[in-house]
Amino acid sequence: MSDAVESIVGHIQSLSSSPIQLDQLHRFLNRREKQLRSESTHLLSALPQLDPSLHSLGYLYIVDGYTTAHDTKELPDEFVSIIGRFLNTCSANQIRLAPEKFVAVCRRLKDQVMLIQSPIRGVAPLRAAIRKLQASPEHLTAIHPDFLLLCLSAKCYRTGLAVLEDDVYEVENSKDLLLYGYYGGMICIGQKCFRKALDLLHNVITAPMANLSAVAVEAYKKYVLVSLIHLGQFIPDFPKYISATAEKNLKSYAQPYLELAVTYDTGKVTELERCVQKHQERFQKDNNFGLVRQVVSSTYKRNVQRLTQTYLTLSLQDIADRVQLNSSKEAEMLVLQMIQDGEIFATINQKDGMVRFLEDPEQYRSCEMVERIDSSMQRMMMLSKKLTATNEALSCDPAFLTKVGKERSPMLDLDDYDPALEHFM
Amino acid sequence: MEPESSSSSPTLISSNGDAPAPHRPISNPDLLDIDSYSSLYSGRTKITRLLFIADRCDVVSLQLEALRIAYDEVKKGENTQLFREVVAKIAGRLGDAHGPDPDWTEVVERKADARKDKLENELNAYRTNLIKESIRMGYNDFGDFYYAHGALGDAFKNYVRTRDYCTTSKHIIHMCLNAILVSIEMGQFTHVTSYVSKAEQSQEAVEPIVAAKLRCAAGLAHLEAKKYKLAARMFLETHPELGNNYSEVIAAQDVATYGGLCALASFDRAELKAKVIDNINFRNFLELVPEVRELIHDFYSSHYASCLDYLGSLKANLLLDIHLHDHVDTLYDQIRSKALIQYTHPFVSVDMRMMADAFKTSVAGLEKELEALITEDQIQARIDSHNKILYARHADQRNSTFQRVLQTGSEFDRDVKAMLLRANLIKHEFYSKQSKKLHNF
Repeated sequence: MSDAVESIVGHIQSLSSSPIQLDQLHRFLNRREKQLRSESTHLLSALPQLDPSLHSLGYLYIVDGYTTAHDTKELPDEFVSIIGRFLNTCSANQIRLAPEKFVAVCRRLKDQVMLIQSPIRGVAPLRAAIRKLQASPEHLTAIHPDFLLLCLSAKCYRTGLAVLEDDVYEVENSKDLLLYGYYGGMICIGQKCFRKALDLLHNVITAPMANLSAVAVEAYKKYVLVSLIHLGQFIPDFPKYISATAEKNLKSYAQPYLELAVTYDTGKVTELERCVQKHQERFQKDNNFGLVRQVVSSTYKRNVQRLTQTYLTLSLQDIADRVQLNSSKEAEMLVLQMIQDGEIFATINQKDGMVRFLEDPEQYRSCEMVERIDSSMQRMMMLSKKLTATNEALSCDPAFLTKVGKERSPMLDLDDYDPALEHFM
Repeated sequence: MEPESSSSSPTLISSNGDAPAPHRPISNPDLLDIDSYSSLYSGRTKITRLLFIADRCDVVSLQLEALRIAYDEVKKGENTQLFREVVAKIAGRLGDAHGPDPDWTEVVERKADARKDKLENELNAYRTNLIKESIRMGYNDFGDFYYAHGALGDAFKNYVRTRDYCTTSKHIIHMCLNAILVSIEMGQFTHVTSYVSKAEQSQEAVEPIVAAKLRCAAGLAHLEAKKYKLAARMFLETHPELGNNYSEVIAAQDVATYGGLCALASFDRAELKAKVIDNINFRNFLELVPEVRELIHDFYSSHYASCLDYLGSLKANLLLDIHLHDHVDTLYDQIRSKALIQYTHPFVSVDMRMMADAFKTSVAGLEKELEALITEDQIQARIDSHNKILYARHADQRNSTFQRVLQTGSEFDRDVKAMLLRANLIKHEFYSKQSKKLHNF
């Protein structure tokens, strides 16, 4: 180990206890950054002298110095576990002093595990890293997209979903949000949480953007398909708050998908199949063919659901004819499956092959329902408090006031804050 | 309804996709008496209507009869173009008496040329003298001339040109009526609407006959635009003084038929009672076509079978009508749906076998029709396909309210969250722009 590195390590060891010391150390390390890079070959041997939980800031700088100087391919295999251990044990207060460095190190870990083709090794460390870096669960960090990507690649959907369950509000970079929504949407699709997937993809599409993002285009394609699967329809109108670029361009990039949506609306399976055939190549190229198949199979269910609106009883054969299934046996299986999944309420009489459709037995009288409504109300109240608070904070924000003052528009109040709110008021 | 039954029995109207194609030749127009039909009309429309019948009808005797009357009628006028058309259609099937007659055409055309020269000279003279009234007359004569010779586009132009020289509102109305007449012949119904409104804007109160003419023209325009409800209103407001004063466009019988059918297809029960059955003016028209009167009364008193019978027997003739033929199927479908809806309305449960009897259709066919209506949310009911009973369905207000509340709640939840996210993103990007600016200084 060279002298220079030794002295840096010494500094780190002595200056890692109090906040004031850490501040000094931070300044010191910033000054020595170049030196760290030039001495990169010696850095690896310095690491064992430091405790990642006590000397997190210094540890971070050394790891960063080492990884910037080396190409991802040259990094030794055990490096994954070194960074992993560091991310798991580091002190949140210390690493938050140098968030950019921390994010960079996480990104390199991601690159490394992707390179050695075991993304699963990065999932847990990055999850820990997110928790360390974010000030509250409401913050979207730059590590989120990388983490979700690893979850996707490693098929650890559940882990990803656990992180997605926190609603994020604080976001600093629009690219983070786009990727977060896109990967998150895909994880939710993998877990068949279609509602959540729709919300995430919707956020991507409607995110403010000056130039059309490829992520938004892909998200829009998936949004169309998931809408069809989950809601049984796709409404091609955009909300008012969507960015002008997205509004103008998205549709032209997703023509086959919109065509599919129009065909879906007719409820005719054969036509839908024809449409799928026609655009098969495109769907496969976009890696959406699996979803398209799900769209097709959801048509049957949708058609059965339509029948429940019209009929009280219907024979299995009639059902098979009307939803274009081959036999009454298939119809029976489909109806059975749907009853099991709670998608329709019905009874099958096997003796005479009749299905009796029932009304939704939910009477909204049970304790659980009251609790559910109550919790919804609580949630709404919290949200509206949050909304008022944000509004107040914003109307006191000097930057905002200067901007508004410049444009000479009157003070904004809650009503014209965002058009999405209009129909609730 | 089964497709077989619709073709085997003319008493049924078909209400689904397998309705006969509009251009199917009519094979059983025994009821149509060409002579009395053609006597209802005059002028150009008489000929075009007859030709229309000849085109649409595949009974040779009827075709020839229509063509013969058309031939005689054309010869009374000066339209050589139309004459040649008729002759070509006859193709010598009516003997020498109805042949191409080149002498006649030559004489007429020579006369026409001479008259055209004379009119031009006159008009030029008027124009140099700048006498407004004479110029108007000149253009008007030109319009009449072109109209008589079948040059409808030129006629329209000349009639419209008189507008700049109109001095009284009477002149304007005259101009509008001419323009409307030509536009109807040309099939330009947007012109019709605009000239009707122009005429109605004139300051002086128009005579009842003129008003009636305008109503009819507007009704036709709405009919052509498939706005049946508006068309029905126009025809219903037509004053009976119309009589046969507008025979160059429409007969009083047509007013009754068009108005009655459009009203049945588009009015609800109360409107039907107030505006059709209790309408004294319209009753005069209905007296002329007893079938339509009867079918409206049957519909109102829920004798659907007999109502549908009347409709079925009328259908063949209506398909030969120059204005109504395209709309017959749509109107019939709508009337049938109305009848089905009205039939089910008062009941909690309906035996579909009885209902099928009342509508002269099979149970399976009825089930399909009902299914379509339920899907479109026109009937609130559900079908017990096993026992063939239709049960009315009353939405549970309480449950649906709960459902809606929960749904609105989660929508609010989603929208507000997404909105806060967007707002924060904009805020941060704004800050970072600001700080960049600061750094630059």
